[in-house]
Amino acid sequence: MSIKTEHMVLNMGPQHPSTHGVLRLEVELDGEIIIDVKPHIGYLHRCFEKHCEALTYPQIIPYVDRLDYLASMYNEFGYVVAVEKMLGIQVPERVEYIRVIMGELQRIASHLVAVGTYGIDIGAFTPFLYCFRDRERILNLFEMTCGARLLYNYFWIGGLSHDIPPDFVRIAKEFVQDFKGTLKELNNLLSYNKIFVERTANVGILSVETAINYGITGPNLRASGVKWDLRRDDPYSVYSKLDFDIPVGQGLQGTVGDCWDRYYIRVLEMEQSVKILEQALDQIPEGNVQEALPKRIKPAEGQIYTRVENPKGELGYFIVSKGGLQPHRVKVRAPSFVHLGIMGELCKGHLVADIIAVLGSIDIVLGEVDR
Amino acid sequence: MIYDSLIELLKWLSITGPAASAIAAFINSIFPVVFIIPFALFAVYLERKVSAHMQDRLGPMRVGWHGWLQSFADILKLIQKEDVVPAQADRWLFNIAPVLAFVGSYAAFAAIPFTSTYVGSGIDLGIIFIVAISSLVVASLLMAGWASNNKYSLLGAMRSAAQIISYEIPTVVVILTLLCVTGTLSLYQLSENQTGNIFNWMIFGGYSGGWQKFALIPFMLVGMVILFISTLAEVNRTPFDIPEAESELVAGYHTEYTGMKFAMFFLAEYANMFAVSAIVSALFFGGYQSPFGYVGKLLGISWLVPFEQLFWFTMKGMFFVFVQMWLRWTLPRLRVDQLMNMCWKYLIPISIANFLIVAFLMAL
Repeated sequence: MSIKTEHMVLNMGPQHPSTHGVLRLEVELDGEIIIDVKPHIGYLHRCFEKHCEALTYPQIIPYVDRLDYLASMYNEFGYVVAVEKMLGIQVPERVEYIRVIMGELQRIASHLVAVGTYGIDIGAFTPFLYCFRDRERILNLFEMTCGARLLYNYFWIGGLSHDIPPDFVRIAKEFVQDFKGTLKELNNLLSYNKIFVERTANVGILSVETAINYGITGPNLRASGVKWDLRRDDPYSVYSKLDFDIPVGQGLQGTVGDCWDRYYIRVLEMEQSVKILEQALDQIPEGNVQEALPKRIKPAEGQIYTRVENPKGELGYFIVSKGGLQPHRVKVRAPSFVHLGIMGELCKGHLVADIIAVLGSIDIVLGEVDR
Repeated sequence: MIYDSLIELLKWLSITGPAASAIAAFINSIFPVVFIIPFALFAVYLERKVSAHMQDRLGPMRVGWHGWLQSFADILKLIQKEDVVPAQADRWLFNIAPVLAFVGSYAAFAAIPFTSTYVGSGIDLGIIFIVAISSLVVASLLMAGWASNNKYSLLGAMRSAAQIISYEIPTVVVILTLLCVTGTLSLYQLSENQTGNIFNWMIFGGYSGGWQKFALIPFMLVGMVILFISTLAEVNRTPFDIPEAESELVAGYHTEYTGMKFAMFFLAEYANMFAVSAIVSALFFGGYQSPFGYVGKLLGISWLVPFEQLFWFTMKGMFFVFVQMWLRWTLPRLRVDQLMNMCWKYLIPISIANFLIVAFLMAL
């Protein structure tokens, strides 16, 4: 006689400490071995895309902030670049530099959250607070510039809401200097920790082929070894004038494209952001940040798709204009949404604890997944 | 021994026979509670402060000076909490489990010598008794996990049972190694023998003298490290806090517990932390013995000595508790299979080899 057995279905979330927001993972388990993972999303759905159809172009910017709320500056970046392209506006050089500086500071802040919370997922609580200590200084810089710490409404179509304050460059340079040291500290405490490496190396290996088939972009794709970065491959703003490397996963501790690579690529990218920041802070020209602000934002009939290298991956805006004050249709290609699709593929055959390791390593933000 | 003095005292109050032994035994057994509860409260406070300062924070600062009353406030809060039993839970097991967990860790204190004059029960098999009685915790965790009728609790309890039972093996092997050297299993006897100065501690090869003493030092170190690691695993502390791995299993076996029942598990955890620290210090670091002489002996005040011993014992215990906290706030967590690998592939073979070498050295 054979005993009837069945797989256990475990619902992880929506109220679970490590689902990074309101995500529910329906996990099918055989003992502790994962048979399948199905992400259930929509808990944070706010009808962003539909809502845009009722708003004028500048009114959309505050809503764009709320997509990937850990990288608001960069969401605005993508949106204003798209609308400026539709309008054919050339923004002053100073604006471009400030945007790049803000964007890279935001990238560091976003990666710090990713890296820090990843530490918590693996069980190391302390690095998280070290990361937040550094992020705090970036947020202070944002606060002194535009008054907000999370949702900025700072990039305007054709310019910026404020010029940077006089102290900004000095304080930013100080931060950049200190940050090099704290990155080293982070590496010593977490990145090369034996237990951390054991937990993340050779777990959730993402091959190049799978990554491309699933549309993975950004750090997750680069961790698999593909040198693809929109800042270099489809340059926007003044990135083509700046010198930086594109780190790729090398499988230093395990296989190329494992969780450790996806984690470490973010550390390396922070180093590159520091490099960009140093150059941009030195080269920033004088000028008026509001001289190119259009009086009336009414793009001609047509459609546009622009993409920028958001900290999470390729953030694309598809905007259709019917010539009115409001867009006819806005579609966001959200990297977190695309990346979440890979969960089942990466988790199969691993243990329950690895779900957390994989989910943390692909670094999703639910605000962007659900929109 | 305090028990005997109590009997004497009661005789003086003209209480004799079974009544006297009952009263004396009761007072004798109350002492660990009087010790554990303030200790646990202090340890919770210490844990928060240690973690806070490691993480560039201040920790509790509001209740009392530097927040020292925070633990009392927490206990008050926990007492007031509604006692929730999940609808589908097994009520009996659910209610017994926290009590059993606390009993397991409390009973272990019976054989721990706090000073040369106080040991709850000076049984000859003290250390084996502790290992055995603290295994009760496994039953309570399984009960809690099963009775909660929660998948996370069940997974946590299963992991916990596997972990604690596996890690008992290296613990016992290290204890056997010590048995080879000292010939006693009584913690009291063991502590008593490590008197004199710091070089008589087992970590420095013990009190036997001769060339073996020096040859033993590296093996004692290995034994100490193995014992510390495996006791760490037995009390579910990071990097072995897999049963209650917050990021995976919410709170593991005590996910469904609230109020005082949760506090019981919490208390048991902190009591256990001290118990294992006490074992490590009794086995390798001289137990209650002072690293140098006693002020009491120097001044000829004999009653001062036990208090000094209590002081040293608490200090040593606190030091290892601090090390546990230090590890917790520094290291990530192992995965369940890596945890088992570590035990069966590394700790057990190394401890057995260590045991054989020590046995060989002692036989020479």
